[in-house]
Amino acid sequence: MEDLIIIGAGPAGLTAGLYAARARLKTLMLEKLSPGGQVLMTDWVENYPGFPDGISGFDLIDKMRRQAEKFDLVIESQEVSRLELSPEKKVVVTDKGNLETRALILTSGATPRKLGIEGEELLIGKGVSYCATCDGPFYRDQEVALIGGGDTAVEEAIFLTRFAAKVHLIHRRDELRATKLLRERVMALDQVNIVWDTVPTRIVGDTEVQGVDLKNVKTGKTSHLPVQGVFVFVGYIPNTELVKGQLELDKLGFVVTNNDMQTSVPGVFAAGDIRSKILRQIATAVGEGATAVFAVERYLESLK
Amino acid sequence: MSDVLQVTDDTFEEEIIKSDIPAMVDFWAEWCGPCKMVSPVVEELAKEYEGKIKIASMDVDGNRQTPGKFGIRNIPTLILFKGGEVTQTIVGAHPKSHLDEELKKLL
Repeated sequence: MEDLIIIGAGPAGLTAGLYAARARLKTLMLEKLSPGGQVLMTDWVENYPGFPDGISGFDLIDKMRRQAEKFDLVIESQEVSRLELSPEKKVVVTDKGNLETRALILTSGATPRKLGIEGEELLIGKGVSYCATCDGPFYRDQEVALIGGGDTAVEEAIFLTRFAAKVHLIHRRDELRATKLLRERVMALDQVNIVWDTVPTRIVGDTEVQGVDLKNVKTGKTSHLPVQGVFVFVGYIPNTELVKGQLELDKLGFVVTNNDMQTSVPGVFAAGDIRSKILRQIATAVGEGATAVFAVERYLESLK
Repeated sequence: MSDVLQVTDDTFEEEIIKSDIPAMVDFWAEWCGPCKMVSPVVEELAKEYEGKIKIASMDVDGNRQTPGKFGIRNIPTLILFKGGEVTQTIVGAHPKSHLDEELKKLL
């Protein structure tokens, strides 16, 4: 029996792991791939304090992992297939067997949202991408469309100008949602063409992307934009398949917690991108990871 | 020492297409974060399938020809081969259980 199982090794999970290891809780961290999560999709992190020149997503995660392991956190590569969560008992079913724990912290994060339009699924791997740092270099001197308008979308549009001849930023409103500094940067780039008030309706191509059909939401006018790649950054869906029907979720499917990261089931906590909240950042994830462990300690104390 | 065979544009034909046993190639690059989440899994699979399936990886940064031939535009991409033919293409970072299932089909 473990004191604590943490599911997911991104910034929230690794911080929880660090605090749990230092609290000497009998802790096991489970990750289905190797540590990282969404951060690894980021080329350069420049809004996480302590790194005035910025730091690569990979280096940041590597430092977080090493810091937690320095205090003897055990990270196992196991995929969770089922969770049985009740106030009395928490069972984690993995590909390697059943594990029982007194407390659980869910830090399994979120996954990029798809557009859900025709041609998208078919052309994944053939020009449709959700990771600019991974796939940007395949588009040297080509034209690409990028869908979105938040921080991630604008950051990635700027990143893609290193490779692509032209980046068409397709945004459904007449103003970007991204933070002011990023808006200023992207507006100053000649290589970026912002297409306002517009949504994609279809990604065109058979064996590779040839273009994207667009619709202006104000005028209703449709058009076709020939591009070789389509990058999609339209938010995230939480990785909550394992807890649906067991924990209270908000209307978008994120896990509802109180201020102490406690979910609707006593002894089950959540932190990071999976949580229902207003801001999903590395800086918010780490604070929640630490808080969750403090709440776990109090919970374990109450069981005695 | 890694159990994953490193292949290049020069060795691809000999090692993968002409391989006596089925093969899987992990196309990756240093710049790709999610690739780094997949490589330890590929490493584990190389141990488990040793002698049955040839598990290889190719750095797409140093080798442009082969990724171009297979139309690779997203990494990580894993391509499974049997008798020199592509049997499956897996795009993105997937957990081990999924890759394991696909590899079993090759046997």
